[in-house]
Amino acid sequence: MTVAVHCDGCGHLAADGDHAACRARRATTDPPRYCTACGRKLVVQVLPLGWTARCVRCGMGGIQSP
Amino acid sequence: MTDILDIARSQVLEQGEGLAEAQVLAVLRLGDERLEEALGLAHAVRLRWCGADVEVEGIVSLKTGGCPEDCHFCSQSGRFETPVRAARLDVASLVEAARQTAATGATEFCIVAAVRGPDARLMREVGEGIAAIRAAVDIDIACSLGILTAAQADELQAMGVHRYNHNLEAARSHFAQVVTTHTWEERRATLELVRERGMEVCCGCIVGMGETLEQRAELAAQLAEVGPDEVPMNFLDPRPGTPFADLPAVPAADALRAIAAFRLALPRTILRFAGGRELTLGDLGARQGVLGGINAIIVGNYLTTLGRDPQDDLDLLAELSMPVKELSRTL
Repeated sequence: MTVAVHCDGCGHLAADGDHAACRARRATTDPPRYCTACGRKLVVQVLPLGWTARCVRCGMGGIQSP
Repeated sequence: MTDILDIARSQVLEQGEGLAEAQVLAVLRLGDERLEEALGLAHAVRLRWCGADVEVEGIVSLKTGGCPEDCHFCSQSGRFETPVRAARLDVASLVEAARQTAATGATEFCIVAAVRGPDARLMREVGEGIAAIRAAVDIDIACSLGILTAAQADELQAMGVHRYNHNLEAARSHFAQVVTTHTWEERRATLELVRERGMEVCCGCIVGMGETLEQRAELAAQLAEVGPDEVPMNFLDPRPGTPFADLPAVPAADALRAIAAFRLALPRTILRFAGGRELTLGDLGARQGVLGGINAIIVGNYLTTLGRDPQDDLDLLAELSMPVKELSRTL
């Protein structure tokens, strides 16, 4: 299991600061935007019924909508 | 007769003549105690002049992010530090997106690109994508590729594009506060090119970008002057990193008042629920909007953000006995 070092909503360290707004957006309107491992912006493709996201730096890929 | 809803009942419902700018402003200024009445009248106008059908559409971003323009609401502008990273969709994924859209019962699929206007590469990708979709999926195809040249409008028409979207976004008097890298007039000119080629004109707006009620009414009147086949109504979803990130979401009652007012200005137009409705109106608002003048929806996700579960919208339409419009065979 990968530990989420970075917030997937803003890319900052998950342990630092308040991420309530990030969590609220993720719960409603947003797919993940940043890699939780390295904090880099993800390449996100939103399709009508889902989304995919991948990180071009650390190779974390194939994240898909539930 | 001085009450604006009495006037609208006669002028719009009975005669089919949309409200003028000052009249739209009067509707936007109605108190909350008259909102239900305004929505009811807008719904009656929609049923009388458009019928009970609801047009369902899906949209997808072919080219995401990296846009050179500075539309202050948009997370895809390359000028702002937003979480959206540039990406392009391949043809196989585009066809899959069209297939997903058609599976919801949608009749319209819109291919969108974040650009000032299409370059040769994008036109080639759009052409390949449209050909692949037409070979695999039974659905009308729309495009939204920014400002067009006459030659590009010709090309899109030849590709079989059914409808072209280019929003005015804001009232002419407010546009410079929203975009500085191109003009309202440039947007207007593209709409004329589209109409001249015989493609349907889709021209919408975003409510809640700091405009006054007067400018909201001005926008409705300017949209009516364009005479579009479809008006997608978006409500600002303030995106992180954009200049409008800190603007408040439109209060639900104001959003519903805008829906009713725009329907009364545009009695025969397809009026589509588009982006931001989840944030502004939630589940209850979706119902009120569809019973308040809306007769089209975008199902599923948007370009970079997520929408309602399509089944929730389809269940709502079934519950309200509103049939989903069938695929047009006339074009």
